[in-house]
Amino acid sequence: MADEVLLLDFWPSMFGMRTRIALEEKNVKFDYREQDLWNKSPILLEMNPVHKKIPVLIHNGKPVCESLIQVEYIDEVWPSKTPLLPSDPYQRAHAKFWGDFIDKKVYASARLIWGAKGEEQEAGKKEFIEILKTLESELGDKTYFGGETFGYVDIALIGFSSWFKAYEKFGDFSIEVECPKLIAWAKRCVKRESVAKSLPGSEKITKFVPELKKKLGIE
Amino acid sequence: MAEKEESVKLLGFWASPFSRRVEMALKLKGVPYEYLEEDLPNKTPLLLELNPLHKKVPVLVHNDKILLESHLILEYIDQTWKNNPILPQDPYEKAMARFWAKFIDDQILTLGFRSLVKAEKGREVAIEETRELLTFLEKEVTGKDFFGGKTIGFLDMIAGSIIPFCLARLWEGIGIDMIPEEKFPELNRWIKNLEEVEIVRECIPPREKQIERMTKIAETIKSA
Repeated sequence: MADEVLLLDFWPSMFGMRTRIALEEKNVKFDYREQDLWNKSPILLEMNPVHKKIPVLIHNGKPVCESLIQVEYIDEVWPSKTPLLPSDPYQRAHAKFWGDFIDKKVYASARLIWGAKGEEQEAGKKEFIEILKTLESELGDKTYFGGETFGYVDIALIGFSSWFKAYEKFGDFSIEVECPKLIAWAKRCVKRESVAKSLPGSEKITKFVPELKKKLGIE
Repeated sequence: MAEKEESVKLLGFWASPFSRRVEMALKLKGVPYEYLEEDLPNKTPLLLELNPLHKKVPVLVHNDKILLESHLILEYIDQTWKNNPILPQDPYEKAMARFWAKFIDDQILTLGFRSLVKAEKGREVAIEETRELLTFLEKEVTGKDFFGGKTIGFLDMIAGSIIPFCLARLWEGIGIDMIPEEKFPELNRWIKNLEEVEIVRECIPPREKQIERMTKIAETIKSA
């Protein structure tokens, strides 16, 4: 019996991008269903009653919520020659630690760059740069966060890169100047088919931000 | 099989549900460990050296490996010592356990602690919002002895360390009956089941001391 895989998602979501990438890495056929977050569909409300958020991965009718949990689930259900997470317990914990760090820190500070003004925006920008520098230091001189192979931590972070141009525009700064190694890493990642297929273009995101601000009632 | 020198150290804090849950896991697996109590807020140089990024307990040191973040430590323990499994085997069940664990530590902890104390929309609203979240857990444990089924597992350790022996002490300290029996029969039953488990009992912080501590923290939050 063939697997039925649905993904409830929203095109600019850097969280949804993670799940898309993981599915593409595993060559899993999935049905992508774009969601209107300001008019939530019955299926979204039914499949994620706790948070009512995307992305939601629905595998043979059963929902899995939270993007990094989905990435790990995908890795376990569709094991392949290229696992997304290391099998060694310590290496695994290390990768998930950084995934958790990215989850806790990146979005919140970045949001202040495009969503706030004045001092609040400056504070967000400063924190964001510090966080990226911490990540850049963790990356070091490796090709990917996990070493030679693309994996979990890369997947956790790469979606944000589609928003970099937007952050730079609204924050009036250059991420490349601050974190050149991270930008080089991002360029390597987007060369992968799974990533290229899953990330929207920077210009599309930059154009979308004012629209998003209006929808959120921010000026 | 060669005899290897195995060293397990845990940096923790008596009141921290996050380090208590790691102790539950180590005890369940029968892993001997050296416990190092942090005298918070005075953090030892060792803690700052082992966890420079977050500067928090728990920290597990297994031989020369440093493990951080309680959920990750629990998973590491489960994968390293294979007896008495903590997480389910099935990938879907595992994903659900991880989902609920995140829900508890993110949502329930925020709403049931900080937001509740600040009660920006009023106390009754704060209580209702917290109860709404707890209702999801009530459903999850319905018909089961524990979240893990017949025996305690990952979610029992996560929820057990936080709800009955940490948050409930806060609720008692500030005069809130958050999970009355008539509204939450299943959660109350689960708590009674937990209290019967020896390794859980060994990891319950002293009741009065915890109530006092949580009440003090609540006062600090309120006046901030």
